Amino acid sequence: MTKRYFSSIALALGLLVGASSAMAAEEGGLPSAGTNVGDQASLQRGAKLFFNYCVGCHSLKYVRYSRLAEDLGLSEKDVMDNLNMTGAKFGDPVISHMPLANVKQYFGKAPPDLSLEVRAKGADWVFGYLNSFYLDPTRPVGWNNVVFANASMPNPLWELQGLQTAVKKPGEDTVEKLELSQPGKLTPVQYQQATRDLTNFLEYAAEPAALQRQHYGIWVLLFLAGFTFLAYMLKKEFWKDVH
Amino acid sequence: MANVFTRLGDWVNERAPNLVPTYRKHMTEYYAPKNFNLWYYFGSLALLVLVNQIVTGIFLTMNYKTSAAEAFNSVEYIMRDVEWGWLIRYMHSTGASLFFIVVFLHMFRGLLYGSYKKPRELVWLLGMLIFLSLMAEAFMGYVLPWGNMSFWGAKVIISLFGTVPVIGSGLQEWIMGDFLPADATLNRFFALHVIALPLVLLLLVVLHLAALHEVGSNNPDGVDTKHGPKGNRWDANKPADAIPFHPYYTVKDLVGVGFFLLIAAFIIFFAPTFGGWFLEHDNFIPANNLVTPTHIKPVWYFTPFYAILRMIPSFFGTAFWGVLAMFGAIAVLFVLPWIDAGQVRSIRYRGAGYKWALGLFAVSFISLGAVGAGVVAEVIPEWFGDVDVTVWENAFGRVMTLIYFGYFVFLWLYTHLGWEKTKPVPERVTTHD
Repeated sequence: MTKRYFSSIALALGLLVGASSAMAAEEGGLPSAGTNVGDQASLQRGAKLFFNYCVGCHSLKYVRYSRLAEDLGLSEKDVMDNLNMTGAKFGDPVISHMPLANVKQYFGKAPPDLSLEVRAKGADWVFGYLNSFYLDPTRPVGWNNVVFANASMPNPLWELQGLQTAVKKPGEDTVEKLELSQPGKLTPVQYQQATRDLTNFLEYAAEPAALQRQHYGIWVLLFLAGFTFLAYMLKKEFWKDVH
Repeated sequence: MANVFTRLGDWVNERAPNLVPTYRKHMTEYYAPKNFNLWYYFGSLALLVLVNQIVTGIFLTMNYKTSAAEAFNSVEYIMRDVEWGWLIRYMHSTGASLFFIVVFLHMFRGLLYGSYKKPRELVWLLGMLIFLSLMAEAFMGYVLPWGNMSFWGAKVIISLFGTVPVIGSGLQEWIMGDFLPADATLNRFFALHVIALPLVLLLLVVLHLAALHEVGSNNPDGVDTKHGPKGNRWDANKPADAIPFHPYYTVKDLVGVGFFLLIAAFIIFFAPTFGGWFLEHDNFIPANNLVTPTHIKPVWYFTPFYAILRMIPSFFGTAFWGVLAMFGAIAVLFVLPWIDAGQVRSIRYRGAGYKWALGLFAVSFISLGAVGAGVVAEVIPEWFGDVDVTVWENAFGRVMTLIYFGYFVFLWLYTHLGWEKTKPVPERVTTHD
């Protein structure tokens, strides 16, 4: 009887793990972002990139500077001197200082808030997007993107990555691959690492609680395992006299 | 000190002499068959999840803002700025999905062991009312975060009422209080989700248990322990094959609770969105009536019924038939005790035809879930290459819909025409000494 219990539970857990790994593999097509929000150094590098290249247009309206300092292991001074360029208070959220009306005029569309971008699209999508810009003279701002066709956003990281151009099969319009036509300050490997850090930072921004839940989760599971074991022993003891 | 408690107990007993006997009858000294198996955990687990939903729900309402302008922001506020808010919210959202898993398994247990059959028809009917209220509760709760899937899901589900002949469009506006899901819709759904339906659910759960305790629990052998031989080591007048709920089933259910919480905690702490199944990607985008999500589909627990809706084509210029079929898929479960006239309760002693039919029924339910969730449309090109996905999906979905309803037709013919060849049912539970 007991053996049957354990085998059914093992089966249930197996199905659960199988289902979640199957879902992880489902994305397909794009390179895996390979992010790890537990890697604080990566988060710090990502934050630096975000505040140098992205915050000009994109806000993180649900993220406060003070929370960033706490979660990324930075001091108030670090954050206020190096990341906060807008003169916002330490407890304020990260709001881009570019006036919305102007940006709309430049790009035809207001740049979206990026607080929840990774939760809405997935880390792999964001990572792929950051690596898939190419020059396209037919577009209003001269840029296009393989992952998000006809996006109105130019590549803000072009100095780092360099310029990519699309290679198309003769007579076809679909992009076969992207070619680096002018190298940037970073090598392709370095650029991938940089965008991985940036994606990682955005993943953190989308769910700061991820840091806490993974930290506490282990202890909760250990406690519950102990509890379940005790409950099982108790049940065995009481049920001795049920025949 | 002990003296104070005794005197307090006496004081209460004098004024409410039936309180303690009632408590004993329904809780500690409720005699339950001693041969419950794994399937019998899900009733108490459903109760546990209900309590979890109510408690976490209370804390969520302390910071949630009921307004189309603020709802989405307030949920993110709970996730980021409220102390432990993320945990409370994940417990509530994971609890919703686990509620349905537990309830589906609990209902399937009823089918396996004929728990809906005489004399437990009322228990089954009350249970079905709980299921119906739970679906309404879950649907309205899903709208509250006011993400884009909340909005479009609400729009699609409410538009089903728009297909009702003659009064349809008026009914739709009456439900929404507007021409689109809007602030008025959100506010009334909040009222129903937080006050009305929980009250209904709690009342129904009490009645469900009271009705059960009146007739006594069924068991995997489907034999009647309540009216079987009497006398056990606790009481000469109580059923021989039953044991008092406390301590036997309290400690046993505690083991079930432990395993269940392990699974729940794993999801809450390590995979709270469950790969987009429990919390969907599109619901992290605020509600926007100008941007339609690529695939509008309900949360996973509604997908089998949603698939039936989609699989029924329009006739005579109305899509009402699909809506009828979808509600029919639930309504038919209400009359199951009268469809099934079989003389034997448990699948252990029922005819081979029943076993096959129930197996196929389970397969059809899960398959319809896969159709409704769009999984089937996704795998068709992967498995069969360059084919017309809609044609194949419809063919598959319609066959599964036929099997779903076919189960009930078959069961009626099988039992009313006496085709079923049952095995002899033992006098007492098989595990007695």
